[in-house]
Amino acid sequence: MSGQSNSTVIQPDDFAFTAENAEAALAVIAMYPEGWQESAVMPLLDLAQRQHDGWLSRAAMDTVAGMLGMAPIRVYEVATFYTMYNLAPVGKNHVQVCTNLPCWLRGSDAIVGACKKSLGVTFGETTEDGQFTLSEAECLGACVNAPMMQIGDDYFEDLDADSAQAILEKLKAGQTPKPGSQIGRHTSEPVGGPTCLKDLDNGVGK
Amino acid sequence: MLKDKDRIFTNIYGLGDTSLKAAKTRGDWSRTKAIMAKGREKIIAEIKDSGLRGRGGAGFGTGMKWSFMPKEPSVRPHYLVINADEGEPGTCKDREILRNEPHKLIEGALLASFAMGANTAYCYVRGEFFRETEALQRAVDEAYAAGLIGEDACKSGYKFDFYIHRGMGAYICGEESALIESLEGKKGQPRMKPPFPANCGLYGCPTTVNNVESIAVASTILRRGAAWFAGIGKPNNTGTKLFNISGHVNNPCTVEEEMGVPLKELIEKHAGGVRGGWDNLKAVIPGGSSVPVVPKSQCNTLCMDFDSCREVRSGLGTAAVIVMDQSTDIVAAIARLSRFYMHESCGQCTPCREGTGWMSRMMQRLVQGNASVAEIDLLEEVTRQVEGHTICALGDAAAWPIQGLIRHFRPEIEQRIADRQSSGETAAA
Repeated sequence: MSGQSNSTVIQPDDFAFTAENAEAALAVIAMYPEGWQESAVMPLLDLAQRQHDGWLSRAAMDTVAGMLGMAPIRVYEVATFYTMYNLAPVGKNHVQVCTNLPCWLRGSDAIVGACKKSLGVTFGETTEDGQFTLSEAECLGACVNAPMMQIGDDYFEDLDADSAQAILEKLKAGQTPKPGSQIGRHTSEPVGGPTCLKDLDNGVGK
Repeated sequence: MLKDKDRIFTNIYGLGDTSLKAAKTRGDWSRTKAIMAKGREKIIAEIKDSGLRGRGGAGFGTGMKWSFMPKEPSVRPHYLVINADEGEPGTCKDREILRNEPHKLIEGALLASFAMGANTAYCYVRGEFFRETEALQRAVDEAYAAGLIGEDACKSGYKFDFYIHRGMGAYICGEESALIESLEGKKGQPRMKPPFPANCGLYGCPTTVNNVESIAVASTILRRGAAWFAGIGKPNNTGTKLFNISGHVNNPCTVEEEMGVPLKELIEKHAGGVRGGWDNLKAVIPGGSSVPVVPKSQCNTLCMDFDSCREVRSGLGTAAVIVMDQSTDIVAAIARLSRFYMHESCGQCTPCREGTGWMSRMMQRLVQGNASVAEIDLLEEVTRQVEGHTICALGDAAAWPIQGLIRHFRPEIEQRIADRQSSGETAAA
């Protein structure tokens, strides 16, 4: 759970899935055996959060509990246990900077500094215009492309202070910055190209 | 260096197309039905003979694990659960399989499930890997459409379904029983063992939980044969392995190499060497954040396999090599990991819930030198009280990096305390 303290949140009175999401929810529930529909609680909460501007209201959690025949407290337990559920409103762009060891070794402090400066907020805060929430993230699993940050569903990798700032500036201007490596790497190959797989005729060596 | 012809993951960087059609040209999904026709026991025997040890960190024999599943069918269905909850700091290998080699994973899942009598596999992918999940789902859809999985997988008459379940940001769900709890729609808190999952796992049914890489290499092993895989690497440490080289190297990267490759060769051939040269190396964490740090003096000759890393009282873990050069504040580095374990403790067991917080606060003081020398021993003693006293291994994982730090870098910690004392600031009790 992240975002502002949930005790001060103004809770909307109700929540209902859109027709499209209600259908998607049924498809999710069908992935699990009969009688084990509770397994769908995590994907359904995610679906609700995506529909509801990136955060879960009490009403949304209660709706999911009702759909799955779960006691609401069991759903709250799940929603408070996992960090990706936001129990309070978050900015349109949720900027999560990894500061764990591999990113820290390659300069995540500078990325954090650039984000704080560019957005004018610190960790756990949202900009006044509601556009950005800044969070500190634990390891996001892109360590050979460190330092990196996640914004929404995308990873931005091989950052430095300038490229991190440029990404945020683009978002502020309503543009879509290019995800992935910011220094031109394709994925996780070494800078300058792979050290192996050069002789295979499979499109890899090109 | 591993020869290209012996590489399993020939599209690990995604430089080639990741579609089913392209994956087939790289050998995926060829003769799958014929492999299944050999029967369950032959498949398990082949994996056993290959010497494949689990790629998620613990290194338990994969074939052995598969053989623990009940042989005779009963009313309870069997399940394969694939652990793609990759989040061990330093580790980013499964991500490349999910997005660039998804068909190896799906085909491996079919063969593993068939061998264990499971008709359903759930792949639990960490929630932050949204794009990777999309890539995997595309591949799953392709495999269903082509009849490779589904009601009559590869026209073998065997029914097989593959579902993706996304995590939502909890490191602890990488622990197999916590993952099962999470998959059942609960908080991810580890279960007591026994019963073991092979007897009573997901939904109370026989379940095997395997790492992504273990499953993804299985199809190639079964195609090329156990002898081929066992002929690579060293006895008891066979085959190829994905390595992630991060931190203070010139070119951080992911690469598939032979098990037992010398650490120095791995870093210099693939990652462009240590920043500032090999002599500028201070220490390496060879297998992800949970394993103890190895100082330069031992790095010179260290080979990257389970047994060699164990000999230097560390571990191969996930083969995520975190390199630290002389400029590194090693106390702060380990303190950062302590903070991570405090954050990720699920809170179920008292030694871990309280211990990870206590150890993290103590480590923060050591970073400042704001402690007495006797407190180093106290910290060491506390790590021993956490280690081995919790349901799952997260307590151990929080204890080991600190133990490694004290074992190898105690003079540095003491120096920091002395510096602070001589500068006139008093240690807080």
